[in-house]
Order: sequence, then structure tokens, then C-alpha cells
Amino acid sequence: MVENRPLTAILTHFMLVLGVIAIALPIWITFVAATHDAARMTQVPLPLWPGTHLWDNLKQTLFGSGLSGTEGAPVWLMLFNSLAMAMMISLGKIAISLLSAFAIVYFRFPFRMTCFWMIFITLMLPVEVRILPTFEVVANLGMLNSYWGLSIPLIASATATFMFRQVFLTVPDEMLESARIDGAGPMRFFFDILLPLSRTNIAALFVILFIFGWNQYLWPLLITTDTSMTTIVMSIKQMLEAAEQSPQWNIIMTTALLAMIPPIFVVISMQKLFVQGLTETDK
Amino acid sequence: MAEIKLTDLTKSYGPTEVLHHVEGEINDGEFIVIVGPSGCGKSTLLRMVAGLETVTSGEIAIAGRRVNELEPSARDIAMVFQNYALYPHMSVRENMAYGLKIRKLSKAEINKRVEEAADILEIHQYLDRKPRQLSGGQRQRVAMGRAIVRDPQVFLFDEPLSNLDAKLRVQMRLEIRKLQQRLGVTSIYVTHDQVEAMTLGDRLMVLNGGYVEQFGTPIELYDRPASVFVAGFIGSPAMNFLPATAEEDGLLLPSGIKLVAGLAQRGQVLLGMRPEHLIPDAAGPIAIEVEMVEQLGANTLLHGTLSGTDHAMVASVSGHVSAEMGTVHRFAVTPELLHLFDPETQKRLEA
Repeated sequence: MVENRPLTAILTHFMLVLGVIAIALPIWITFVAATHDAARMTQVPLPLWPGTHLWDNLKQTLFGSGLSGTEGAPVWLMLFNSLAMAMMISLGKIAISLLSAFAIVYFRFPFRMTCFWMIFITLMLPVEVRILPTFEVVANLGMLNSYWGLSIPLIASATATFMFRQVFLTVPDEMLESARIDGAGPMRFFFDILLPLSRTNIAALFVILFIFGWNQYLWPLLITTDTSMTTIVMSIKQMLEAAEQSPQWNIIMTTALLAMIPPIFVVISMQKLFVQGLTETDK
Repeated sequence: MAEIKLTDLTKSYGPTEVLHHVEGEINDGEFIVIVGPSGCGKSTLLRMVAGLETVTSGEIAIAGRRVNELEPSARDIAMVFQNYALYPHMSVRENMAYGLKIRKLSKAEINKRVEEAADILEIHQYLDRKPRQLSGGQRQRVAMGRAIVRDPQVFLFDEPLSNLDAKLRVQMRLEIRKLQQRLGVTSIYVTHDQVEAMTLGDRLMVLNGGYVEQFGTPIELYDRPASVFVAGFIGSPAMNFLPATAEEDGLLLPSGIKLVAGLAQRGQVLLGMRPEHLIPDAAGPIAIEVEMVEQLGANTLLHGTLSGTDHAMVASVSGHVSAEMGTVHRFAVTPELLHLFDPETQKRLEA
């Protein structure tokens, strides 16, 4: 359908621009706030154009102790903590889901379907639901305030297992048979054939899981008490309430800006694979 | 190169038996075609030889060695699949080399074998392409190349030409035959296409419902079909069947006409006549009332019924024949080209 009426063109563009503004404005405000000094941010009205303090703010946020007058960890450490947690969660999830989907699809063992359904049922038990028992377990294992404690309870993933199962089911049986005739054992088949075939799906899942891991808030809040283990997402919230003084918006917004960069980087760099992984059906 | 021996081979899925006591000996270097309608168990039989399906009972021996319990890779076979099953993420060269790499052959040896196979199949210019960049016929060649480089004792083909268009199919059929003769490797080829079967096979194994109906050379099958099923399956258009009564002075057709005498049989029989054996003859005993005419160019098919009855008949007449609907054409047939079958057992009755 080709419409060529100027009024509709104007209207559609207007709606699109409106949508872009609605999404982009908060990010713009964040950016602007990160470029002013603390004093300017307490005055009304809030500035709408960038100021000149971006480098000062970045320096203080990244390598200083964050907010002036608190004992918080420097933000580069939080960024590193978040990165470590998000990477461990996403890579761990992918590794475990690949293996369990491989077992469920390609091996005939007793209670295979029972296992599958047990994995599937955990979809109904996200961290928030099982948070107390999980905390108990992690505490008893002595994993509080550690990267292991941050990531391991979030690694088991029914969604990813299910997704890889579906991917493996689309691989033609002949591929396996042909590999058997070629003499490839199960693990050889897994690494040489199955992994390369699900490459794009792995990439797509990595993007989703990385952002899932990066955005974790409740769990890190619960199990980290040591400021050197703080993740960036939870620190933003803590900064707001810190030190019984008016919020230092310039620092908080700089932190928020920094927190956005890694997910954006991951999405942009893996965009092509991501789209392929979600749309491609041909094996 | 090796001979294959199938002894009392049976396959069941749970309580359902799909292959019943298959027997067969395949000689060294022979090209065997297993042919039958879909669901007759022909692919299952091939996959049992390949080791992709377990054997319920009986024995498969390749070169005198029982292989029932061996993994496919240990049986020294190579298989060409219907959809080629090339690894999509590997180049043609890697596809062909993969099995050899697993067998830990030296780089030089692998390269030599791949180059040789590429020479034979003339696929040099595609060696570094991915399978998805190739056409159907080219993929087919690569799949065969993958089988050749393994230098196996047995080639197994599972309907390898059914995804190609008609013209390419004829061309690849000839190539497969030439290749097999040149390499002299014992081969088993599964197809549902009887023309493919007739042209390729040294011998044909006709399967129907999990039973071997007949195992013999194409000409044997055509000239002396062992059962009604084989008679109707081999040859195109299919054989005409008429119920008849064998009497002392001849065969009594349903139309009330008597055909040549001198038969040993007596009583009810099923008479088979190939359409191409019906010769136009104004004084012939077989009258066909024409209902439809198919012009094929080289010959003409007359579809109709045996005059005065409703038994369908087809006659194949060489050249161009024009026939009005409803007219009656008469044909004669040489007694030696008649086939008689027992209506009860469906087996051939020797004249």
C-alpha cells in the first residue's frame, strides 16, 4: 500500500518524532545533568543544555570515591563488578543451557521428559520468589560478598534451555546421522556441528542475558554488604539516599550514564547476529 | 570392496514388525537397488545396513564380518542422504575432509583424497564455497564426494536424486552409474522410482509391506515377475490384469473370448498383459473400448475397458494413433508374453 497524501505524511512523522522525544528526553536530561556542577543542579529550573563540567564529574565519579562525603567505592570498581556479574551470568547460563538442551534433545535416558519438565517448571520460580531459601543456601556456602554468590544463583535458566532445545530440534536428523557415519562422537558433534549451527542464537541470547544480568538489582542488594562488591545499578539507588544531604545529581547522573554504556555497546556490537538469531529459520 | 550378506533380518518398532525375514546376498562390486512404494521399509533396511537403526533379529555381514553391533563409523561405509546433509557452516572442502580429520589422517593424505574426489566429480571450483552457495545438483556432487573420500567398502544411497528436477535427475543417474562402475564399490541404492531402479541396478530388490517380493536383475523382473505386485510395479504404464479361467482349449476372458490354448493350468487365474505387448490387429481377440487417448510422441496410450466388461485396460501403441472416444480397437498378443498369477496367493504361475 502506497499512500501519498501530505497530511498523513506529516501526521506520521509527527507521531514518530513524538515517540523519539519521549524515549530520548530522559537520556538527554541525564547527559545534561552529568555536565553541570553540583551547585547548578540544585537550582530551579533544571538546565536543558550541556554545561562544562563533564570531565570533572567523570573523574570524580570514576576514580574518586563517588559522592563527596561518603565512603562508597569508586565507580570504575562498580562497573567492573557489574561487568563480571553480567558476564558470569550470561556465559554460565549459555553453557549450562546448551549442555542441558543437548542432553534432552539427543540422548535417550530414563526420565528424560521428567527432567525436561522439571527444568521447565523452574520458569515459575524466578529469583524474587525463591529469594529467602536461595539466600540461605548462598550464605551457608560462604558465598556472600563474592562474584560466585552474585552470579551462580542466577545462572540456572529454563528459558535458555528451552530456547536451545527448540533450536536443536530444527537441526535435521540427517546432520547427526551424517556425523555418526563420519565417526564423530557426541561431544565432537556438539562442538563441531551443533555449536556453529546455533552461533547466531547464542549471540542473540547473550545480548538478552547480558542485559538481564547487568540490570540485576534485588539480588546483589541482598547479598553484598561490602562496598567493594557493590554493582553499579544498586549503587545509583544508594547514592540517592546517601549521607543525609541533598542528592548530588551531577554525580548520580554521571553514574547512570556510565551504567548505560556497556549494555549499549553489547547491543550495538552484536546487533547483526542478534537479529539473525531471532529471525533466521534456515539451517 | 566387499560382499554384503543379510540373514533373516527383522525390524520391529515395539509390537509392529516393519521388515519380515529379509534375506539377500550382495556380491562384491554389485549395484543393488532397493525399490518399493513409500512405507515399504526400504529406507529402514538401508539404515540398518548403515547402522543408524538397530537390528531386531537376524544378521548383517559386510565382507564376512558381523556388523550388527558396530557403530556406523566402524562399518566402513559411506552414505549419501536424500537432503545431502552437508554441514552448512563448513566449506565444501571441510565437509569432505571432516570424516578423515576425525579418523586422524595426515593433512597431506586428506588433501590428496579431497583433490582426487574433486577431480572425479569436477567440483574443483566449488571447494571453498559453502553448501548454501551451491545448486541442488552441485550439492549432490559434494555429498557424493564426501562418500568417495572415505574410500569405503560400501556406498549407501538414500533416494539421493529425489530433490532434483527431472532433467538433472537423468543426468546424475548416469553419473552415479558410471562412477560406481569406475570405482567398483559395492553399492545399495534406495528409490521409489522404478525407472531409476531399472536403469541403475545390477539387481533389484522389490520390497512391499516389509517383505521381499523379488530379488533379481531388471530384465528378470520385467520378463518373469514373481508376483502380481512386482508385475504391476515394474514397467510403465503398469501391466493390465484380467481375471480369466484356464480351460483345456484356452483362456476364457471376462469378455467371453478365448485366448490361445496349450496351458498347463486349469481353473481361475489372473492374467497379466503389458500394455506394450498388445499389438494392433484388426482380427485380434482383445477388444478395447477407448475412453481416453494419451499422446506421448513416440507412442500413444489408449485407455479404456475390455469391450463388454468394465475391466480397465491400457494399450501402448508406437507412433501416432488417433482414436475416437467410444470406438473399439482390437489387439493381438503373443502367448509367450502372457503372465499368469494365482488369484489366491498372488504368486506367478509358470506356464
